[in-house]
Amino acid sequence: MIRVLLPAHLKTLARVRGEVQVDVAGRPTIVSVLDAIEASYPMLQGTIRDQVTQERRPFVRFFACEEDYSLEPVDTALPDAVAKGTEPFLIVGAMAGG
Amino acid sequence: MSGVRLLVGTRKGAFILTSDAKRANWDISGPHFAGWEMYHLKGSPADPNRLYASQSTGWFGQLIQRSDDGGKTWEPVGNKFAYEGNPGTHMWYDGTPHPWKFARVWHLEPSLTDPDTVYGGVEDAALFRSTDGGKNWEELAGLRTHSSGPSWNPGAGGMCLHTIILDPKHRDRMFVAISAAGAFRSDDAGKTWKPINRGLKSEGIPNPNAEVGHCVHRIAMHKSRPEVLFMQKHWDVMRSDDSGDSWKEVSGNLPTDFGFPIDVHAHDPETIYVVPIKSDSEHFPIDGKLRVYRSKSGGNEWEPLTKGLPQRDCYVNVLRDAMSVDSLDSCGIYFGTTGGQVYASADAGDNWTPIVHNLPAVLSVEAQTLA
Repeated sequence: MIRVLLPAHLKTLARVRGEVQVDVAGRPTIVSVLDAIEASYPMLQGTIRDQVTQERRPFVRFFACEEDYSLEPVDTALPDAVAKGTEPFLIVGAMAGG
Repeated sequence: MSGVRLLVGTRKGAFILTSDAKRANWDISGPHFAGWEMYHLKGSPADPNRLYASQSTGWFGQLIQRSDDGGKTWEPVGNKFAYEGNPGTHMWYDGTPHPWKFARVWHLEPSLTDPDTVYGGVEDAALFRSTDGGKNWEELAGLRTHSSGPSWNPGAGGMCLHTIILDPKHRDRMFVAISAAGAFRSDDAGKTWKPINRGLKSEGIPNPNAEVGHCVHRIAMHKSRPEVLFMQKHWDVMRSDDSGDSWKEVSGNLPTDFGFPIDVHAHDPETIYVVPIKSDSEHFPIDGKLRVYRSKSGGNEWEPLTKGLPQRDCYVNVLRDAMSVDSLDSCGIYFGTTGGQVYASADAGDNWTPIVHNLPAVLSVEAQTLA
């Protein structure tokens, strides 16, 4: 069970409060967690990564265990603490603009 | 009882304004989709409770929302806008080739007859269609792949397809307009397209017969006379009496012919409205006086409409999709400003009243006349 913290706008869109939880088979990676989120919450398709290119949106960032995973390859394995559910995977709307 | 519903899109959410036929007292609901840019909302002529809304931000991209109950509840539907094939390039501001890239949906135009069919005009300019209530979108690629496509370039606001008009008499005919490529017409339901820009004159385009390159801001049509089109171009108000095959200028005595919206009276196809703006570098009314101009002669002869509108210290703009008319017996006309006001006139523009003063910047206003 992977814990995921969504930015406020996406929580509203997904109609959830607090963290969401998704299941991932095997060792969780960035892409497997994103796939699981979009499978559980189809309305989020296209909001975290582009629908066509599947690239991370420029103002969306990924963090886990106080490390920035935004620029890592999408098949990068996430830390054990995330895999065990003791730490969340954070999807953050970057602070930009006014 | 009859009434009016206004669908208002703003920089930070959508608002729904409703009134009975007197149009004196308005209920305001919203913000819907708070914090998101709502470029456009529009209802289906075939089912007024079926609404479509374009929702986007720079952070989280594009969403399309659909309501089946007049805006009480909404459901996100499809948001995959994939260009057909390899989209290639268009021209960038500096004249170099630039890859076609989807940015957002500027305008949604529901079918005149089928609530599940809706057209989407997008940036970078292309036309999409959904026939399943917005769940899936397919590009009508004949427009973007027109031989002139690689030479299209963006206007200051991006290369957006912002106007879609469906011809009520000729079912396979439709019109679109793109900044800054120009106007186009299809006579085969969107398969193939023809530039219809003959007669437009634009500073910076030395060739008077240039097929494309004109910064069309909006086009309007009266449903009873679809061969007549009115256009607010970057500069110039234009008219076509032959479905866009040729255009003539009808700016006449306007104090400035720069502006964004243009609309037609619901019952008099020769009565049209514009909001003159000082210039392309100063997007506000001349002398701080917010004035709608009305022509009852299809152009050339214009009168200022000022009663109830601020006549000093007003420096707002009115964007291209931010004006609309209802079809009650005494035609109502509405517009929203970048200062967050929505103004209403229940007597075809003679008198105006602000419905609401302090919304976020208004991007679009669509009026629905309810039975």
